[in-house]
Amino acid sequence: MIPELGHFALALAVAIAAAQAVLPIVGARANDPRLMAAAPALALGQMIAMLASYGCLIWSAVVNDFSVVDVAENSSSAEPLFYRITGTWGNHDGSILLWCLILSLCGGAVALFGRGLPSALRARVIGVLGIVSAGFLLFTLTASNPFARLWPPPIQGAAINPLLQDPGLAIHPPILYAGYVGFSIPFAFAVAALLEGRVDAAWGRWVRPWTLAAWCFLTCGIALGSWWAYYELGWGGYWFWDPVENASLLPWLTGTALLHCAIVVEKRETLKTWSVLLAIATFSLSLTGTFMVRSGILNSVHSFAVAPTQGVFILGLLALTIGGSLALFAFRAPAMAATGVFAPISREGALVLNNVLLCSVCAVVFTGTAYPLLAALFHSDLSVGPPYFHLTVVPLLVPLFLAMSVGPVLPWKRADLLPALLRLWWAGAIAALIGIAAEAGLHRAFASAGFAAAAWLILGAFAELVERIRLFRIPLANSWARLVAQPLSVWGAAIAHAGMGVTVAGIAGMSLAASTVVAARPGQTIHFGGYDWKLVGLHQVPGPDYTAQVADLRISRDGALVALVHPSLHTFPQQHQTVTDTAIQTNVLRDLYVALGGEQDGQVVLRLHVNTMAPFVWLGALVMAAGGALSLVDRRLRVGAPAKRGAVGVPA
Amino acid sequence: MDATTRRRLLMAAPLGIAAVGSGLFWTLLARMQQGTYDPHALKSMLIGKPLPTFSLPGQPPSAGFANTDVTAGKLPALVNFFASWCVPCIEESPTLMALQAKGVPIWGIAYKDSVAATTRFLNTRGNPYLRVARDADGRTAINFGLYGVPETYVVDRTGIVRLRYAGGLSEDSVRNTLAPLLAKLA
Repeated sequence: MIPELGHFALALAVAIAAAQAVLPIVGARANDPRLMAAAPALALGQMIAMLASYGCLIWSAVVNDFSVVDVAENSSSAEPLFYRITGTWGNHDGSILLWCLILSLCGGAVALFGRGLPSALRARVIGVLGIVSAGFLLFTLTASNPFARLWPPPIQGAAINPLLQDPGLAIHPPILYAGYVGFSIPFAFAVAALLEGRVDAAWGRWVRPWTLAAWCFLTCGIALGSWWAYYELGWGGYWFWDPVENASLLPWLTGTALLHCAIVVEKRETLKTWSVLLAIATFSLSLTGTFMVRSGILNSVHSFAVAPTQGVFILGLLALTIGGSLALFAFRAPAMAATGVFAPISREGALVLNNVLLCSVCAVVFTGTAYPLLAALFHSDLSVGPPYFHLTVVPLLVPLFLAMSVGPVLPWKRADLLPALLRLWWAGAIAALIGIAAEAGLHRAFASAGFAAAAWLILGAFAELVERIRLFRIPLANSWARLVAQPLSVWGAAIAHAGMGVTVAGIAGMSLAASTVVAARPGQTIHFGGYDWKLVGLHQVPGPDYTAQVADLRISRDGALVALVHPSLHTFPQQHQTVTDTAIQTNVLRDLYVALGGEQDGQVVLRLHVNTMAPFVWLGALVMAAGGALSLVDRRLRVGAPAKRGAVGVPA
Repeated sequence: MDATTRRRLLMAAPLGIAAVGSGLFWTLLARMQQGTYDPHALKSMLIGKPLPTFSLPGQPPSAGFANTDVTAGKLPALVNFFASWCVPCIEESPTLMALQAKGVPIWGIAYKDSVAATTRFLNTRGNPYLRVARDADGRTAINFGLYGVPETYVVDRTGIVRLRYAGGLSEDSVRNTLAPLLAKLA
């Protein structure tokens, strides 16, 4: 009964989305206030229907209703409640439903928080979101219905893939999807602006908070995925340039460009067509990233298996959404003229450079990801690996990092480079010193350059703040008063830029990481990476739905105990799968990482890593997202939020 | 060309790029349905090279075998990694039986599996293999660069690996990929 209600709610959502796709846009065109006023109600209606529908799916999983195919294939009553819930999105059908749910939440958010928007613009934005929703909901309902029934129902479900039985990965899809789908709002704004034929400063101001929110989620989502790969797959790496990973990086790059571009639109009323194109491109890349994985064309560890007919449906939808918006762009954009002019050396100029570089990185990664497909088209076999990405991405990052610190201290419109650089002399000097010291100590050019870049980014990030508070040029007390008065968005930008520096430091540190694979007997001690790793013993431990083989290791340095770690190997009898549970002992500056392999003749295979500064990679991403969130709560950025709410939500 | 036309063309460029891209994907998808393109036909370091050196114990009653046994026998031959705990392995077993019936020599390697489970698997699903060896710790699989089970390698008359097929073989993949290759190598 409950699954049928969910199915019905899904069908209802399709109907509402169809109305949402047509009525508001027609209303905005005919300037009919009643039709336009229907937009928020329809968006909220769709949201409620989708919440009900997804709630029914979760309910089916919670009560172990194995007559629902989706539950039977991905859940089992032996699992903890948490994984029964997260299992609903750990598979193809359920994850698409989650995708649609988040899209409807985006529509609902515009309806709720967009009260300050002009009614025609709001109607069009909601209408465009309705078009996208209607397409994908129709796909869910007809081609990948998660509520399909199974008769006779099995006594026990097949259980979730053990790799996904992990808190990090369990919450990964909702966060990543919130990032991907969140970019549908800037997309809808862009298409609405094209329909209206007008982009102005206000447009930039409205688009920015939505972009920023989606960007924060995407940043967290990517970091979480990378962290999961690090501790769960047991390979000790954090980024493998896998097609699915790259697919999430691409919209992040264009989204970051859009974030910066929207500032220019808002402040200087220029780069308007470019912003619109970026908004379309970002969501298009999100769509491509999510759904190309599902078309079965790419071969990746992460991909879902689907029928080719679903692939055709998905490709049709993508062509319609992306092609439609780009056709509209080709038709309408030439008429939109830029108004503000600026010199090449200025804040705008630096932001244009940032855009050019970010989009170049995006193009390079895209080429590397899509090239094997292109080669397959001409019947040649090749794969593109990390060396290609390192060789092409790193040279583009160098100017990007250089400009990241210089840009924020440049004035708008026209600037001189020399005074700006003089203001940064101390950051440059410290960065150079760190680089030289690192090179002298380590003799590893890549790592040293990385540390210098990290110092430059972190110090440079706060250069604008130092400048604004006139540190050491006016009495410290006055500087402090100015510091406290700085708007949150200034802090947000500085923290986000510094977060990038933290990540770069982590990447530089990880280039120094060392690893080895050894076979050891209990009692044996391995000397590696300056540590003594003693295998104390091996034993079996039963888990809720698995049995674990646990190794006890005593890690010491110069006789002093550093850590006792317990890597294990979980065997899931029901799924016939083993999953490594790595042991990581971290002091933030380095990770001691042990993964347990198979056992043979009383010996076990151990993979030992000393990962220098590994946590910095993900900490940096968190700092970036925190910077974004801080900007987001800045009162000045919050457009459309009712005044009351703002007063409550923002600390004085 | 005047400025307006240039601007119009420039603004239409993204649409053009997207059109070319979707054409590419459409072609691949169509080929995938016809069976002429298969993302599972993985490239491998082994292709164009001899089999890696290995010598594995047998799964009783079969004797074990080494890479030299494969190349000394009838060629072209298949080397198939399988495991009783893998669902695609169960699904591909009828296809392997059919290949064996046609006289294709198939050497089986039981990947990370117990003797008892493998015996049960071969008794219930049929045994298409010339010989079955056991790779209990998966070290030989590492030398092959195994991606997962099942995986099938085609060895030509000179002992060189010609194809690596990751995932279960089906009637379609035999018709479109394996059979033409075996005919060419015979």
